[in-house]
Amino acid sequence: MTSLIPRRSRSLGAMTASLVDTLLTPHGIDRYLELVDPMKVRNEIRGKVTAVRRQTADTVTLTVHTSKRWRGFHAGQYVRVSVDIDGVRRTRCYSPANSELDPAGSLELTVKVDPHGLVSGHLYRNAAPGMILGLSQPDGEFTMPEPRPEQLLLVSGGSGITPALSMLRTLHDRGDTDGVVFVHYANTEQDVLYRDELAELDRANPGLRVALGFTHAEHGGDLHGFFTPAHLEEVAPNWRQAQTYLCGPDGLMDSVRALFDAEGLSEQLHTEVFTPPELEIDTENATGQVRFEHSGREIANSGRPLLEQAEEAGLRPEHGCRMGICFSCTKVKSRGCVQNALTGELSAEPEEEIQMCISVPVGDVDIYC
Amino acid sequence: MTDLRDRLTPEQVEEFGRELDEIRQQLVADLGQEDVDYINRIIRTQRGLEIAGRGLMYLGFLPPAWLAAVGCLSVSKILDNMEIGHNVMHGQYDWTRIPELNSKTFEWDTAAPGDNWRHSHNYMHHTHTNIIDKDRDVGYGILRIDPDQEWHPYYLGNPVYAVLLAIFFEWGVSLHDLEVDRLLKGEISWADKAEVRRKMRAKAGRQIGKDYVLFPLLTGPLAPLTLLGNASANVVRNLWAFAIIFCGHFPEDVESFSESETEGETRGQWYLRQILGSANISGGKLFHIMSGNLSHQIEHHLFPDIPARRYPQIAPQVRAICEKYGLSYNTGPLHKQLLSVAKKILTFALPPREKDTQAPTTLNGEKERAAA
Repeated sequence: MTSLIPRRSRSLGAMTASLVDTLLTPHGIDRYLELVDPMKVRNEIRGKVTAVRRQTADTVTLTVHTSKRWRGFHAGQYVRVSVDIDGVRRTRCYSPANSELDPAGSLELTVKVDPHGLVSGHLYRNAAPGMILGLSQPDGEFTMPEPRPEQLLLVSGGSGITPALSMLRTLHDRGDTDGVVFVHYANTEQDVLYRDELAELDRANPGLRVALGFTHAEHGGDLHGFFTPAHLEEVAPNWRQAQTYLCGPDGLMDSVRALFDAEGLSEQLHTEVFTPPELEIDTENATGQVRFEHSGREIANSGRPLLEQAEEAGLRPEHGCRMGICFSCTKVKSRGCVQNALTGELSAEPEEEIQMCISVPVGDVDIYC
Repeated sequence: MTDLRDRLTPEQVEEFGRELDEIRQQLVADLGQEDVDYINRIIRTQRGLEIAGRGLMYLGFLPPAWLAAVGCLSVSKILDNMEIGHNVMHGQYDWTRIPELNSKTFEWDTAAPGDNWRHSHNYMHHTHTNIIDKDRDVGYGILRIDPDQEWHPYYLGNPVYAVLLAIFFEWGVSLHDLEVDRLLKGEISWADKAEVRRKMRAKAGRQIGKDYVLFPLLTGPLAPLTLLGNASANVVRNLWAFAIIFCGHFPEDVESFSESETEGETRGQWYLRQILGSANISGGKLFHIMSGNLSHQIEHHLFPDIPARRYPQIAPQVRAICEKYGLSYNTGPLHKQLLSVAKKILTFALPPREKDTQAPTTLNGEKERAAA
């Protein structure tokens, strides 16, 4: 009997919601609720910044409380964060750094300022308690399997610490840190994000090893200089038996990948990329026309990704990461062949969904955009 | 009157187009936070008025409250359809990348489904402005509003159709996308319009459902008064939208064009046609907002995807360019423009007389030359 009550109230709630939505057609309830309080929205997700701290000279850490619809995340996943800058909505992907076991609806985002970055700079300068962010549900496959591997190696560099720290904090909350090695690289000791907390986690978890590497300092920490295979032998001698999760700048990613490839262990390496990888672009030999079918525009193929070509043609398609992660810019290509600029893969299927930001037309292409 | 192509020398047209492009570039570069803040203020006002209107219906037994409710709801619908809906659906705010302001997904508080309207309006009307047989907004397939539309006894009813269209304008706009005239001629089939019909039915159901069923029922014994109030607000919006829109292209001296004189048009020639084929309405700031800035129809037709609040700002520049090239810039107060439209509706109800065929339209000029 007791189980009936929540079910009935739920269906009553659902009925009320659908009645209200019918009454508020065509705009829907959120367009009214957000005018009262942006956090009251029912179908979309917003986050309210509740605390801001600047741990290092070029990062900002936001504590964010999410609105009702947020369904929680798994350590290692990312969320798309939107802010409006001079009237234009900008979206970027960030991995929460907090434990997935934190009270529901709390997120911690640490953002490193990219000198050319619009969103990171905006957040660094303007983030203050009360600021409202647009959020997506979490996404991404960079997560630990259940049950977690016996030997776990987390390698990160710079602001790439966030998904790795989220995993470590989650394991700490579960009391499950035996056999975990956490290796983090920063320029110097002053640049280490979460330095005190890492030391505290290291002390509190006897089965955990936290190792800090300083690429631009010769003293302090555990490792010095850029990543070398010797670093792993030193701090994680069992690394060949471990599942390794890696997130950081290109240089670190490339060296670690090269090592795992050379040892034939690439299946044990899991990576997350948040800086745009270099795309294989050949603008010299581009041919053909690109037709945007919804807008009726057409331009000569410049050999750049379709998203950029659409923008050159004066269109403003929805997009997010611009690096092939978030699928915000996915559109249906009706005709023609495109090359995936990340993998070099060609696809000539008609009526096929493609990601505009990493798809380069090869000859004539028609796309619904 | 001369052919559209002979109005300016090719060099002049090019220079004229360049000057207008420059205005556009300056505007685009200047778009920013204040444009978003503006439309958000209008949206906030509209939603507030809508809630006030719906709420006041509960006091509908008091005549002043009922009138206030109708007033709030009418203004809400007018703002929603014109300054917000029409302009957002033109893509004027697509640059903001804000989903709620996206032209592809916005839906307005009127019978016509956004998807159907976007095609017939943004593409058919704005691309082919005032080209007889191509721009389906010339008389909306119902009225005879131009001497080059062939007369038929059906058009004796012109004034009656106009009055009915004004009262039921939202339904007229919705049905417009069915292209009934082309269906009757067999140019398109009933099946071609299956998707359009499905969207029309779904949208009509939702609009009728809220305005004529749910909201009245929610006011209990006042239901008949609420229904009457909602219907009145819809009609007020219909009359207003009809008046503004008919003044945009149908006053006297606004020109229409033939397909042949617009073949292979350059950008400059397209601009020229937009100016000659549109008319403004003069008025105060509030009037411009309530008209969705369609009181600046000329500027709107030049730059349909620039936020409409910018039109009053560039109007003096556009007018100066018109003067420089000796082009007419058609504007006047609402009553004058409306009277001019009414005269046309009455005149063209009747079969053409000798003097009508000599009316100075561009098209006739061409016919005369062809005959010569």
